[in-house]
Amino acid sequence: MDKIPILRMGNFLLVTIQVDLYDRLALNLEADLVQMVNKTSARGVLIDISAVSIVDSFMGRIIGNIASMSKILDAETVVVGMQPAVAITLIELGLPLNGVHTALNVERGMKRLQEMIGPVQEDDDEIAPEDDSFAE
Amino acid sequence: MILSLSKDNIQVQREQDVVLLRNRVKEVAVKIKMGLLNQTKLITAASELLRNMLRYGNGGTCLVEIVSRGRDNGVRLTFADKGPGIADIPQAMRDGFSTGRSLGLGLPGAKRLVNEFDIKSKVGEGTTVMILKWANG
Repeated sequence: MDKIPILRMGNFLLVTIQVDLYDRLALNLEADLVQMVNKTSARGVLIDISAVSIVDSFMGRIIGNIASMSKILDAETVVVGMQPAVAITLIELGLPLNGVHTALNVERGMKRLQEMIGPVQEDDDEIAPEDDSFAE
Repeated sequence: MILSLSKDNIQVQREQDVVLLRNRVKEVAVKIKMGLLNQTKLITAASELLRNMLRYGNGGTCLVEIVSRGRDNGVRLTFADKGPGIADIPQAMRDGFSTGRSLGLGLPGAKRLVNEFDIKSKVGEGTTVMILKWANG
């Protein structure tokens, strides 16, 4: 069974999709990725689809799902490297991928993630000091 | 008058066949020098219809043809299944309608991506969908 590798890089998870996805593979990726976010406490997920030539409604839905699931687990998702033809096709198909952050390439995607997450704080258990907001 | 220049019938029974068929469509599209954007649209539309066929029709066949009309060449795909059929085609063609859990973009979306689209269905007998994309359409 094929599997799409998920790489960990600091606070982020990195996924590069290099093969044509069929449904089962995409569903597995969704499940694996959400598990990995949980296991590694990742704050960001970067999905590189520059090698993907076809994104249909199913794939689009999976990408949206990954973004919303990660969001609930407090991780941001950025999709990078979409081919122009794929972007045009997605819009004509009627799938604007609302709520999914995108960037033109991996470099910008990384920057975007870092901006969204804010300065990296070593996640020691220092929750106590600035926690007044909960009291109100 | 549309002439068929080559014919190729492909069975689609499993999910993995989708990738195979996509490649086959890509091959014929490249053969008639279809541009990348039109290729992408055609293959995406094919992908939607294949999924429908697998999910609702228990698989079926896809006829891949190179067709010509005067100086234009195109790719015509005919998807035929022996599934339950579609009772209300106008409803099925509406954006956002789905009997499954999907987004309901498959049929209307596929129609927007190609030049010609035709759907015929008989309840209890099956569904046939034809799409055609001209190389420079």
